[in-house]
Amino acid sequence: MARIGVFVCWCGSNIAGTVDVAKVAEEASKIPGVVCAVDYKYMCSDPGQNSLRKMIREQKLTGLVLAACSPHMHENTFRRAAVKEGLNPYFVEIANIREQVSWVHEDKERATQKAIDLTKMMVEKVKKDRPIEDVKVPLTKRALVIGGGIAGIQAALDTANGGVQVILVEKEPSIGGRMIQLDETFPTLDCSSCIMTPKMVEVRQHPNIKLYTYSEIEDISGYIGNFKIKIKKKTRSVLEKDCTGCGECWNACPMHKNVKSEFNADMSERTAIYVPFPQAVPLIPVLDRSACLHYKKGGKCQKCFDACGPKCIDFGLRDEIIEEEVGAIIAATGYDLMDNSLYGEYGYGKYKDVVSGLQFERLLSASGPTEGVIRRPSDGKTPQTIVFIQCVGSRDPEKGVPYCSKVCCMYTAKHAKLFAHKVRDSQSYVFYIDIRATGKGYEEFVRSAMEQDGAVYLRGRVSRIYEDNGKLIVKGADTLSGTQVEIAADMVVLATGVIPKKDSDRLARMLGISYDKYGFFTESHPKLRPTESSTAGIFLAGMAQGPRDIPESVVSGSAAASKVLGLFSKSEYEVEGTIANVNEATCVACFYCQRVCAYHAITGKEIKDRNGNIVKVVANVNPGLCTGCGACVSACFSKSIDVKGFMDDQIYAEIKSLGV
Amino acid sequence: MKLGYYPGCSLKGSSFEYEVSLLEMLKVLGMGIKEIPDWNCCGASTAHSINHNLAIALPARNLAIAEKEGYDSIVAPCAACSNRLKTARHELKTDEALRKKIVNSLEMPYGAGMEVNNMLEFLINVAGKDRIKSKVKKQLKNLKVASYYGCLLVRPPKIMRFDDSEEPVTMDELVALTGAQPVDYSYKTECCGAINSLSKPDVVMALTGKVLYDIKNHGADAVVVACPLCHSNLDVRQREIERKYAEKIGLPVLFITELIGLSFGISPKALAIDGHMVAADKVLKKINEGQ
Repeated sequence: MARIGVFVCWCGSNIAGTVDVAKVAEEASKIPGVVCAVDYKYMCSDPGQNSLRKMIREQKLTGLVLAACSPHMHENTFRRAAVKEGLNPYFVEIANIREQVSWVHEDKERATQKAIDLTKMMVEKVKKDRPIEDVKVPLTKRALVIGGGIAGIQAALDTANGGVQVILVEKEPSIGGRMIQLDETFPTLDCSSCIMTPKMVEVRQHPNIKLYTYSEIEDISGYIGNFKIKIKKKTRSVLEKDCTGCGECWNACPMHKNVKSEFNADMSERTAIYVPFPQAVPLIPVLDRSACLHYKKGGKCQKCFDACGPKCIDFGLRDEIIEEEVGAIIAATGYDLMDNSLYGEYGYGKYKDVVSGLQFERLLSASGPTEGVIRRPSDGKTPQTIVFIQCVGSRDPEKGVPYCSKVCCMYTAKHAKLFAHKVRDSQSYVFYIDIRATGKGYEEFVRSAMEQDGAVYLRGRVSRIYEDNGKLIVKGADTLSGTQVEIAADMVVLATGVIPKKDSDRLARMLGISYDKYGFFTESHPKLRPTESSTAGIFLAGMAQGPRDIPESVVSGSAAASKVLGLFSKSEYEVEGTIANVNEATCVACFYCQRVCAYHAITGKEIKDRNGNIVKVVANVNPGLCTGCGACVSACFSKSIDVKGFMDDQIYAEIKSLGV
Repeated sequence: MKLGYYPGCSLKGSSFEYEVSLLEMLKVLGMGIKEIPDWNCCGASTAHSINHNLAIALPARNLAIAEKEGYDSIVAPCAACSNRLKTARHELKTDEALRKKIVNSLEMPYGAGMEVNNMLEFLINVAGKDRIKSKVKKQLKNLKVASYYGCLLVRPPKIMRFDDSEEPVTMDELVALTGAQPVDYSYKTECCGAINSLSKPDVVMALTGKVLYDIKNHGADAVVVACPLCHSNLDVRQREIERKYAEKIGLPVLFITELIGLSFGISPKALAIDGHMVAADKVLKKINEGQ
């Protein structure tokens, strides 16, 4: 005979303010099988839990019903308390009388009745509970990091330093990501490559990191602890182990025009065989076949091959597919910038001296096309007046995106400062909507751009840019003085909005993780699980989740690494036992369940007789992938699937308890 | 294909050249259009600054008649008319309560349908570039022409859904079809001052002056427009602007239909080009020299 205890929580006034908790306890005590029913101010507190444990002992309870907050909050708290008293944790049921009652109703009498009904339902359910064992899944203790920018590098290094083998996959020929393209970083003005290159070298030299550059993820299957990865290693047309990175090949390449340098944001040209920048890791060139004369002219040109000492250029090399197995994945794919040509009125692409923030970054950089001397693209002259326009695409639901790109206020202030430092008697103007400088030392940094470096900040939008006698005429509004302004500038820099990396949605679908309407990967919980994706074993880092600056990207990389190390600290991974279960005797192998399963958790299983002949095929649930959502249960024609803890007889008992 | 024509007041009055040249051009293109019977004023810029419902009801009545007549689409050559018609259609399509109210006051059914084309859309999407190109007899080779779009043809983008609202190119493409050279300049979509011409002529002269001097500085021989009010400000006010700023402009302002008509070999007289204030003699001479 069931001996059930009902515990009604006040949650301070959260529940007790709207629900007559004493009455709920009183009504619950009348239900057959309930041996005790009490109410208490905070059930989740230590005294609350102790009283619950005491009651289990004294009343020899076989099941508990907590009329309290959502099971998302404290189900585990009460399960752990029950386990300590020797109960199976799945004999604890929660009647959610906070989120589903007190927070959404006002009429106390009716709210109390609803709370009583919900409690009754759970009492009937707990009577039909059966013990459930959690499932253990083996773990392959190796991690995959996708993306070799600052977030991915940090995640890879921290994971590797924790003693775990890491596979780092980067799409571009070198790791370093966006950060290595930057000149100096706000708010300290330390040189980006000075702080980035040591980390890149550390990755290269780390005994626990296997680096695949110029490689892309081709396919991912499996589940937490047991992912199977296919990596496409695009060929560099170079035998990597023999290459010394001497540079003879790219110096010999006749194609030094016509191909825009991706690294310099199209501000300079590169050869067909190239390294993106001198500190590239690895320092092994890539032969861009789409630009190479050898492929265009039927093999006539082989100047790079002739110049190469160790003869490591091989025009016939092909892409390789490499297979790896890992137990956890960190997705740190980074970001792209919006297309500036959305703003016809700014003349990007039409006027050479209208550039993006990233292009200006390359003009500032000592490794950039002008070796750090600011020269405008049209005539190579050093500009005296620059207009910076913030929020180009960001915070513009009409033409761009409604969100804030977060980094532009700060890097624009940095640009204005660096411009003032590099060009004497120059003048910068910044058009802004609001200044968002909330980080440590950020507000002071923006103020110093105004006060020390003389940047004139104008609150308003630019409506149009014209070219007139070699000057760019910038027309805009200064909303603080309520006037229209017209500035004759030598150059205009657009602070372009941040968008997710191209094709990141494709990767998200491959990984089976969710992403928002813009394509940024979404967190399992925006506040409390900011590092976890919606799929177990897959973690997120960096700008792939949304606009972030460098410190935040580093933090998120480290956070993802700590999650991986935490996961790998156990020998096996425990999955909640409330997952789908197939009755193999009645399953007719129609596999409708497989079609509706969003987690690819259902496969076929052959049942053999003792001679090894296949008797039948049935559906089989992979416990590592199943989330217990129950879609398969509804889809099953032969009623052969149940989710443990949510069996039909339990659901019927809940409904019957309402007297319907 | 049954094409309706909504002339609006300007094409029957101050901008009769626009209608004359449109009809002449259509004859060559072999396209017939039928004037919407019993049409009324679109409300222009006055109605919507006073009464929102009236500003929707006036154009909606014309659309309702067009719907009843069973046209596939209509052309409204005036930029303000097409703007008002499109705005009304957009609002009634997205606001069912407003549609019911307006239909009720019109005492006519209207299902928020009927495609409205401004002149550029009509030429590009309905007539088609290929058809226009095939009828060009005279290549206007020598001519440098600046296209002036003004504010209403392509804005607001959400309702117009045509061309780039800040950097439009369709009129330049049409100019190129005639063999003339499109001239790029900075003030393509700046406002000419519009109806302020009557109440604040100084403002209009300042705004229109900027546009005209910029076009002149970019070396154009002529300006083309697709809006009666733009035409009137650029053409009628030109001499006054020249006096005010003491600098000659001398830029003939043609409707896009006139320019296309000239390339079709239609006589300037038939296109009513002699109806403009700034004489187009030099332009016509240049065209003939280029043949």
